[in-house]
Amino acid sequence: MTTATGSDPGDFVVGRPLVVGEASGALLRLDAPLSFWGGFDPASGRVIDRAHPQVGESLAGRIVAMPGSRGSSGTPGVLGESLRLGTGPTALLITKADVNLVAGALVASSLYSRVCPVLLLGEGEFRRLPENGIALVDASGRVSWEPDSEE
Amino acid sequence: MVELTDQEQRWLHGDHGQAMQLAMRLIVTAAEIDGAAELVEVDFAHINSCHWSGRMSEDFAEFLLAEGGRLSVPTFTNASLIDCARPELRPEVQTPAAVRGARRVMEIYEQLGCEPIWTCAPYHDAAARPSLGQHVIGSESNAVSFYNSALGARTNKYGDLFDIAGAMVGRVPLSGLHLDAGRAASLHVQLDDFADDAFDDPSTFHALGIWLGETVATSIAAVDGLPRASETDLKAIAAAGATSGSVALFHLIGITPEAATFDDAFRGGTPDRAFVVRPDDLRTVAGRLSTGDGPLNAICLGTPHFSVDEFGDLVRLLDDRRISPSVEVLVTTSRAVSHEIGLRGWGDRLEAAGVQVVLDTCTYYTPRPTGVEGLVMTNSAKWAYYAPGILDVDVAFANLADCVESAVAGEVVRS
Repeated sequence: MTTATGSDPGDFVVGRPLVVGEASGALLRLDAPLSFWGGFDPASGRVIDRAHPQVGESLAGRIVAMPGSRGSSGTPGVLGESLRLGTGPTALLITKADVNLVAGALVASSLYSRVCPVLLLGEGEFRRLPENGIALVDASGRVSWEPDSEE
Repeated sequence: MVELTDQEQRWLHGDHGQAMQLAMRLIVTAAEIDGAAELVEVDFAHINSCHWSGRMSEDFAEFLLAEGGRLSVPTFTNASLIDCARPELRPEVQTPAAVRGARRVMEIYEQLGCEPIWTCAPYHDAAARPSLGQHVIGSESNAVSFYNSALGARTNKYGDLFDIAGAMVGRVPLSGLHLDAGRAASLHVQLDDFADDAFDDPSTFHALGIWLGETVATSIAAVDGLPRASETDLKAIAAAGATSGSVALFHLIGITPEAATFDDAFRGGTPDRAFVVRPDDLRTVAGRLSTGDGPLNAICLGTPHFSVDEFGDLVRLLDDRRISPSVEVLVTTSRAVSHEIGLRGWGDRLEAAGVQVVLDTCTYYTPRPTGVEGLVMTNSAKWAYYAPGILDVDVAFANLADCVESAVAGEVVRS
């Protein structure tokens, strides 16, 4: 497989947009699903679930990739509040569709004009995402990234 | 891709305003996620979006009101944070954002045309009690399970935002528990070794619910071997199973409406797994629900909201005795049930005995209600499961009879 422009054939994947939009930011790949309700503090933008491997990590301004998803009926309010405050992710890449994450993102875009695209990725696409680096999400569901800087 | 009628297309294109457009977008997106090919019309909704859970609840409600939101079906409200008749339960000076927000959200949902019943047990109200096979929207977890399991009505558990969106357009994706195939049991649970009188103790049903939730998580179980279950018992299993797990439907073979026989419960299929429950299993579960001891400060009853039958039990057990002045006894219920017990003269009797009847809310929600601190006794497994984490209290879990004896004695009494 080759791509038209990429220097490396692994530099993009395509997901299914559940919430359509564009975003850019530093990629954060979570090692476990995160329940936004109870596991994430919208005031600080950080993971607060003590059982989560990335507790303390900030999601603010980042493209957050999450294996699976852990929704609850409290999820929309927490995600929406973080988008209102600007402490939330700029995009969510998930491998299991969750209506509550989608609801939070859709409603926040109507209320606060803060669009947080939500993309559904296959397991294979998810594994191809780099550990970090700067990524771009476009409205078609394409996630592309630059190679990690050497710093 | 879900097929839409002309009316649905008009909502989606914004012909009827931004609120209806957003509602339709939410429902269409949910249908895509569920893989539903069509939508199903519902007869009514019981919504939780009217429960204040932060700034977005308020902003969303204001948006619906300002942008032309309309309800397509009768829409009933879940319990709120505040008891309008008893503001001292959660004083505004202590948590102004939550109390003012809750009051504002209650006002807006009434203005949108919701039926303001403010109860987590809508099935006590004839208008919000569906019948076998009826499609409805449920959101509160115990009500979803009771609707599906005890009444044979059909609803998935709809989260905040989706519940009101579905009520506005009067339909939801035809998926999950709305479909025949989605309602078949996959797990068989056999009760074994229980004495004839084991189920005379109502706590047994609460413990069974907790056991189910912990064991089956989101799967549908068919429980075999229960001799009987009253409406109060069904409510206990539904509430507890939706608390420790996400049980939205369970069958009791020979008891619940879609499980007259084993074959009915499994809809002709066979179990994927089988479990056996013995009395010790349920004793262990019940034992874990009590977290501490010490001086008894309060007794919280009515999670989910007390029914007329449960008030009848309380009045009978209390008889003409008064509760100890050292203990607060709070019973949460709905306005409709409170009215009914007033007509029977029980409201006055309970007040004279020192019992406080609390409306519209629940005592385990945060902010913590006045007087609910230290060691608190309850007959509700749901209350016992949530309160230590949410309110930072210790719990003594027991049946209603022991709660009443403890209320009179002023200390924990176990029979």
